[in-house]
Amino acid sequence: MCAHKSNVMNSKSISDAILVSQYIKGDEPSLSVLIKRHQQRLYSFIYSKVYDRDVTEDVFQDTFIKVIRTLKRGNYNEEGKFLPWVMRIAHNLVIDHFRKNNRMPKFNNSGDFDIFSVLSDGALNAEGELVKSQIVQDIRDLVEELPEEQKTVLVMRMYNDMSFKEISENTGVSINTALGRMRYALINLRKLIETHNIILTN
Amino acid sequence: MAKIYSEKPSNSHTFKPKTETINFLLNYSKALKVSVYKGLKFESVIN
Repeated sequence: MCAHKSNVMNSKSISDAILVSQYIKGDEPSLSVLIKRHQQRLYSFIYSKVYDRDVTEDVFQDTFIKVIRTLKRGNYNEEGKFLPWVMRIAHNLVIDHFRKNNRMPKFNNSGDFDIFSVLSDGALNAEGELVKSQIVQDIRDLVEELPEEQKTVLVMRMYNDMSFKEISENTGVSINTALGRMRYALINLRKLIETHNIILTN
Repeated sequence: MAKIYSEKPSNSHTFKPKTETINFLLNYSKALKVSVYKGLKFESVIN
């Protein structure tokens, strides 16, 4: 009892390496000291990656099961680097967890802050949709202003999604001419946008 | 609605594994025996 008490009292000054070697020799309380010494760092490390209490608990447990098995089997050979070794095991188990579940970390909203107020699904809101349809209409109007040949090439390329080869076959001009007309169409569109002072951003 | 900062968040001081988890690990360690036979290692968990 007395020996055990002094053992626990001195445990703070004993290095990880010594505790590990004592544990390998069969001293079970050394493991308890090691776990208690590093539990908070390891737990926080895992939680910072998985954001879930239950998963953290599972990964923490699996990490130490691996640690115990490795030590008992005598496969540990990283003297003096106990914590980095344990962290690496935990890191690998976290990766395994995400591979297995193939999903993103779960966010639990607490308090007033809602994570979905800063994350969006990429879809536009009502105002955005309105602005977008206006922009699309503005561009259509601008295209109408272009000279006929340029307009034909641009419409075929952008709206009909045709290749320049197809455009050249359909209009009876060479690919280079079609490319040139496309280039001039874009230059003229930019000029029109500038002169009319149109803002085409959502 | 104003956020009340005087209240501590519930998870501020509980960044530790549950006692049950620690106890399980310590008991697992006590129960696990590795025996070597002709260069092969065998694990047995004695409950």
